[in-house]
Amino acid sequence: MDGIHDMGGMDGFGKVETEPNEPPFHEIWEGRILALQRAMGYAGAWHNDHSRFARERLPPQVYMTSSYYKKWMLAMETNVIEHGLASPEELKTGLALAPGKTLKRKLTPAVVMEGLKRSSFFRQQQAPAKFKIGDRVRTLNIHPKTHTRLPRYARGKLGRVEICHGCHMFPDSVAINLGDNPQWLYTVVFDGRELWGPDSDPTLKVSIDAFEPYLEPA
Amino acid sequence: MRVRALETVLTEKGYVDPAALDAIVEAYETRIGPRNGAAVVAKAWSDPAFKQALLADASKAVATLGHVSRVGDHLVAVENTPKTHNIVVCTLCSCYPWDILGLPPTWYKSAPYRSRAVKDPRSVLADFGVTLPKDTEIRVWDSTAETRFLVLPIRPAGTDGWSERQLAEIVTRNSMIGTGLPKQPGATR
Repeated sequence: MDGIHDMGGMDGFGKVETEPNEPPFHEIWEGRILALQRAMGYAGAWHNDHSRFARERLPPQVYMTSSYYKKWMLAMETNVIEHGLASPEELKTGLALAPGKTLKRKLTPAVVMEGLKRSSFFRQQQAPAKFKIGDRVRTLNIHPKTHTRLPRYARGKLGRVEICHGCHMFPDSVAINLGDNPQWLYTVVFDGRELWGPDSDPTLKVSIDAFEPYLEPA
Repeated sequence: MRVRALETVLTEKGYVDPAALDAIVEAYETRIGPRNGAAVVAKAWSDPAFKQALLADASKAVATLGHVSRVGDHLVAVENTPKTHNIVVCTLCSCYPWDILGLPPTWYKSAPYRSRAVKDPRSVLADFGVTLPKDTEIRVWDSTAETRFLVLPIRPAGTDGWSERQLAEIVTRNSMIGTGLPKQPGATR
């Protein structure tokens, strides 16, 4: 979706502000939200792309004025409800009124370090790769209303395949419960001037990781 | 508080174990951090065969280092050279190599960084006090899939004969994202 989250190339946000000696968490609840997210992910409750899509659907004014972990909390509430894991009333009152669903597994203290290891996104290929390293490709000019990982600034642009990362689960399908729908994934590199016009920094090159359905031969 | 309600309900439903949540927070506060990445960079600076393996398949190469936390399947190391400087961003959310650099700093997740890094990275570098030669190619890696990127910075001159442990101390987190450079020898001790 063409949402506020798709920030590449926008102007007006000002200087990048850094915080010396930034702590891992600024508030205790931030750590709890992060931990809940990891534990629910381990349990197989939902995928990263469900979390991303839920954050993208936050109203722009909420997205812009909520802290990072506040957005995580709001998206988690959405996912808990949309996946039928608890009711809005239960989240409001903080009391479980019915037993939970059965999830794939449960993260226990004994397996925490193993549980924090990133899972693999590789999936069995459904067809041979259409592109090879060095191929010229053009990204599609698409504007799906649902989750996509093709940023606006890189749509309809001419680039070159630089790396093939194998076949991965496809976020655009996963986020709307259409299954893994495995797709080849490539790093595609663009010249700065292709993205930003003749006034671009001539030394700039930008790459995205693009799933095969985002690309056509050029 | 809404977070408390979430945790209570998800615990009562049997989905999560609060003791496991405590352990996750503790792991991110104490064990998972940029020193894991710094150890990888120091090893690559010291051991040409490891560097070659890292650039060929970072997930596999890092897995051979027992002292570094386990990473997933999709880590890619990109090398800075006198000709090319690499910068990593996630314009769509906050994708970051957590398992090797720890929690992303707030600036990495902020609108100013996410919006400007792909369009005007030299001005972003200026915000960090970094100026590169005018003809250095700036290569920005937008983390739009589950691939994660680790920048391998240039080893500073004047570090000949240093141990991996000494080298790791000059590898800053930002130098592995591309918004900084390693500390210069002499500035450290």
